[in-house]
Amino acid sequence: MTSTTALTDNPVLEADRIIDDRRTRIIVCCGSGGVGKTTTAAAIGLRAAERGRQVCVLTVDPARRLAQSMGLTSLDNTPRLVEGVSEEPGGSMYAMMLDMKRTFDEIVEAHSDPARAEQILANPFYQALSSSFAGTQEYMAMEKLGQLRKSDEWDLIVVDTPPSRSALDFLDAPERLGRFLDGRLIKLLLTPAKATRPFTKVINAGFSVVTGTLTKILGAQVLRDAQTFVTAFDTMFGGFRERADATYKLLQAPGTSFLVVAAPEPDALREAAYFVERLDAERMPLAGLILNRVHRAPGTLSAPRSLAAAETLESAPNGSSETDSSQASADAVAAAALRLHAARMSLGERERRVASAFTSAHPAVPVMEVPALPEDVHDLAGLRTVGASLSGEPQ
Amino acid sequence: MTARDTDWDGVRLHVVTGKGGTGKTTVAAALALALARGGRKVLLIEAEGRQGIARLFDRPPLPYGERKIAIGPGGEGETGDVYALAIDPEGALLDYLQMFYGMRSAGRALTKLGMVDFATTIAPGLSDVLCTGKATEAVRRKGGRNGHAYDAVVMDAPPTGRIGRFLNVSAEVSGLAKVGPIRSHADSVANVIKSPQTAVHFVCTLEEMPVQETLDGIAELRGVKGMQVGGVIVNMARPAVLPREELESGPDVSALAGSLTRAGLHSADELAKSLGDELAEHARRVRLQDGQRDDLAEAGQPLYELPLLTDAIDLAALYRLAAELRDQGAA
Repeated sequence: MTSTTALTDNPVLEADRIIDDRRTRIIVCCGSGGVGKTTTAAAIGLRAAERGRQVCVLTVDPARRLAQSMGLTSLDNTPRLVEGVSEEPGGSMYAMMLDMKRTFDEIVEAHSDPARAEQILANPFYQALSSSFAGTQEYMAMEKLGQLRKSDEWDLIVVDTPPSRSALDFLDAPERLGRFLDGRLIKLLLTPAKATRPFTKVINAGFSVVTGTLTKILGAQVLRDAQTFVTAFDTMFGGFRERADATYKLLQAPGTSFLVVAAPEPDALREAAYFVERLDAERMPLAGLILNRVHRAPGTLSAPRSLAAAETLESAPNGSSETDSSQASADAVAAAALRLHAARMSLGERERRVASAFTSAHPAVPVMEVPALPEDVHDLAGLRTVGASLSGEPQ
Repeated sequence: MTARDTDWDGVRLHVVTGKGGTGKTTVAAALALALARGGRKVLLIEAEGRQGIARLFDRPPLPYGERKIAIGPGGEGETGDVYALAIDPEGALLDYLQMFYGMRSAGRALTKLGMVDFATTIAPGLSDVLCTGKATEAVRRKGGRNGHAYDAVVMDAPPTGRIGRFLNVSAEVSGLAKVGPIRSHADSVANVIKSPQTAVHFVCTLEEMPVQETLDGIAELRGVKGMQVGGVIVNMARPAVLPREELESGPDVSALAGSLTRAGLHSADELAKSLGDELAEHARRVRLQDGQRDDLAEAGQPLYELPLLTDAIDLAALYRLAAELRDQGAA
């Protein structure tokens, strides 16, 4: 990559150095939706495998064809060996799609006796919580990451974060779900019979107003289901908080690298900036920013000069001879090409402005720009191409 | 055009969804502007508190309240007004308590205790129901000169991947609440959403993944009885700069160099080669776009197309996109 066409003057992110460093055990790809996060995670996984690492790629919600490119056909929660990966340097690549409900079920089954597990799994409140609570997906992705890391079967795990409303959700969700399931609030609220000691009376009076209101909003049945769930789940509560804490520590560990993925669009880069700041505040190791789908300005002819030339050609007088007419049609093609070029230069200029809003605030964050691909990735060859451009290899 | 001949006459709730990165919020805002004419009053709702609407219209963050944010495009007789509302679950819950139980102060106490978070946590569908509930309430609200407080409501809804669940409110809460207030609220919301008054529009770019998601989303909504799939709005399309057959035949680089010299440009040969490459790439992209457009057309929904704007999206750009939607009959 040549620095003359780069959007930013930030240091260049060297993906290969991160991949090749055996101390890197986890790479987390994060960013807002629609910026190519999953593709990036898969491409990094493939490149690492083909450079000799034992890789497992954990994806959350891959597009169908991308999943197919890695040989994933179902959401089965088990890492599968990806066929067609070059094994020459001794690496291998596994990939899996997260099934959040099954991951949750497995935690329940592993931490309670069969009878109680069955009771929990059948509870309507549990079923809603495990399949649609905003945050369960994030929690379970982090839970799965912890499990994969602990199994030590792979020396590098690449994880793609869920497509949440905010790129920060996956950092907060485990804590939030842990706090909720672990909360004294839920226990007090749902099992008021237990809290009859005098000093809790005042609190109880407050809670009965609250319970009454909640019953109005939700209906008594929801509260009853929740209560049954809490009673059955009682022994597992503490565990959730602990697990959330453990995951958090894992993310802060030196073997973890965060790659923030963004496109040169204001919203995506705003999210990326929040994320970079948040990682810093949480002392989580940021490797750098991958700026995806960049439209490189082709050549040096500026947009205004290009447009002026197009106008010159379009306003040239039209002759009637044969040479004149073939010349006129060549001029029309040239004018179209010049207008096309001007539009690309303007787009490149706009992207440069948008990117500078990020880099002015974060001049030290390493950045790798990845050019926009004309087609989506369908196969390993496509992922290889993406991997190569992530590593700054010329196209 | 008169006020009658759009493709979505009779629709009063326009739900706009799309894959992340396709410009869903921009298109929703342009649609609201396009609808705001002839004295009509339009409410633009942001369902997922990201304050994208405020940014688009260059305003400070919107509070939980309906504020006038723009006037519709003039030039076709009387103009209209666009109001905006950013919904958050907390505000919607307080609204709901006030509306149905007259309990705003109890609601405030709940907020202080973190109960809103709690309530939306133990009933996962609750915030969606409250959000769609607010939109349908605005649709039903009486007033105004045609008997309705708003002539149309445009909702910047969650992305395509979640839209089915978001709109299918009664199914979403049924696992939790078989009877009870939330259930009956959900049912009344569903009566508006699953009626000819509501259409769900999909914003899409001409790329494989968004097209696939759009087709999947359309199929999903068609499976829900009473739900009306609206138009497919192609965003950020790159119009072909030359007729297809000229693009296909490829540029004649030496003729191109001749023209560039006539235009007064230096090093014409080198430039012609690079412009020729750009044309060839453009031809390839146009071909890919045509293929994606054909795939979208197979869904059988009306197709609208908005061009990629190379400048930043500002108010002027929004009016331009609104005019496109209007000209194509989307509004």
